[in-house]
Amino acid sequence: METFIQQLINGLTLGSIYALVALGYTMVYGILGLINFAHGEVVMIGALVALAVYKALAATLLPPLLILLVGLCVAAAVCMALGWAIERIAYRPLRNAPRLAPLITAIGVSIVLQQFAMLFWGRSYHSVPALLPDTSYDVLGARISAVQIVIMLAAAASMAGLIALVQRSKLGRAMRATAEKPEVAALMGVDANRIVALTFVVGSALAALAGVLVSANYSIAHYQMGFLLGLKAFTAAVLGGIGNIGGAVLGGVLLGIIEAMGAGYIGDLTGGVLGSHYQDIFCFLVLITVLVFRPSGLMGEKVSERA
Amino acid sequence: MSSEQHYTFREAESRPLPREGGRGEGQPLLAVTDLQVNYGGIAAVKGISFAVEAGETVALIGANGAGKTTTLKALSRLLPSKGTLRYDGKDLHALPPHALVQRGFSLVPEGRGVFARMSVTENLQMGAYQRSDKEIAQDIERMFELLPRLKERADQLAGTLSGGEQQMLAIARALMGRPRLLLLDEPSMGLAPLMVQKIFELIRGVAAQGVAVLLVEQNASLALETASRAYVMESGTITLADTAANLLADPRVQAAYLGH
Repeated sequence: METFIQQLINGLTLGSIYALVALGYTMVYGILGLINFAHGEVVMIGALVALAVYKALAATLLPPLLILLVGLCVAAAVCMALGWAIERIAYRPLRNAPRLAPLITAIGVSIVLQQFAMLFWGRSYHSVPALLPDTSYDVLGARISAVQIVIMLAAAASMAGLIALVQRSKLGRAMRATAEKPEVAALMGVDANRIVALTFVVGSALAALAGVLVSANYSIAHYQMGFLLGLKAFTAAVLGGIGNIGGAVLGGVLLGIIEAMGAGYIGDLTGGVLGSHYQDIFCFLVLITVLVFRPSGLMGEKVSERA
Repeated sequence: MSSEQHYTFREAESRPLPREGGRGEGQPLLAVTDLQVNYGGIAAVKGISFAVEAGETVALIGANGAGKTTTLKALSRLLPSKGTLRYDGKDLHALPPHALVQRGFSLVPEGRGVFARMSVTENLQMGAYQRSDKEIAQDIERMFELLPRLKERADQLAGTLSGGEQQMLAIARALMGRPRLLLLDEPSMGLAPLMVQKIFELIRGVAAQGVAVLLVEQNASLALETASRAYVMESGTITLADTAANLLADPRVQAAYLGH
């Protein structure tokens, strides 16, 4: 029972990060029908930029929490600019190209960003200073750390903010209209280029937050950290139903829990043959299962449209 | 829907919005000269010319595939085209599609084009997307007074409406942009006769408010009863142009389009 509660807490922590990243995939897919495989690298850049800020401010006597917030803000600003630039340079010229072209370009952008980060920050793993209090609390025999609480709260708050933006604001209406019928949205006066650019910017801000949170969770940052995280978040988006914002949140949280439970019990289930370091296989088992049995995902049902 | 209802709406709507002018006296609101459109490698529109005066209702009739929808798409800048397109004294070719509605140019697309996954109210709000004045909520209320069916379904997703209700919504959404020129593409398509009557009552009400209407229709008798002038399109060219009354009496039109 304690293992279960503990893995549930770990899974929710991981899942909130997956959900944040999955939102970026799903928003872009909803509007452009494009899988932005470079999105995971934006998370990585966010983490490494924040780390650079932490290091630069380490000598000052600023309170750690303030350093964290400054790091987050700088990372968000850099990632928003990066997301905007990626769309403008890599995807917009291919807006009307066959679907395979932007997909290959996305992989190319991903490689470019990774290599850039490697040249700039080096190949080594960087340890991320603990800027949050090192306390933890007892929950039904399991432990929950302050870092985990902050991760869940920050992710939940920003996701609630995003959903409010998409469902209630004029910008959100324009995003949904453009996703559904771009030509008609243009007739209403919506400039699709602006909406697409803003979608990348918003998704990249969430990616920066995810980068800061994930590096705080593992206390480590690395130029390849975005690759696997990006694939997992993509899986979460597919699990929830790609293009569906509520689905990305649900898929992220579910995937986090599945992974954590898998890691917690795989040793017992296989008699010790497979250890918890096999946790990554669960994500891809989920991906394959969803693609085979329910390609539209859990929430990927469309409203039927009468002629 | 009585004409009184239109009248209430008219009075509420009549406050003029400031618009940049530029249209010289005596020029039509929309003037199309030698419009050519290639669609899918085929010359779908082969150099047509026509005009719509401010406040006038003009019909473009013709068989399926005559190039009517292609013409409207080219006017709305959704398809590339050649020729001269002047609206309100400006060259339409210089404007992207999203810059048209703020100049009072609204298209109700073929197949209605409502946002199926958005509510009726949200669809109406999208119609006012380029507006920043404080009367948007009032205008939505006016649409609901005019079309009580939409009010009953205000929070329903537009995709769940019947075809006729969707057509009402598509027209109401276009009116939310306070157009001076309303382009309608096959508004009667796929609707039951009773609903077609209602939709055309609505269109006549809009025209009575002084909005210029360019009506594309396969249902020629309905279009000619509604418009004051009409053009007949056949395989990408305009073959006849006259007042609606003359065309209704024309034996060629009667034989080809009115089933007499």
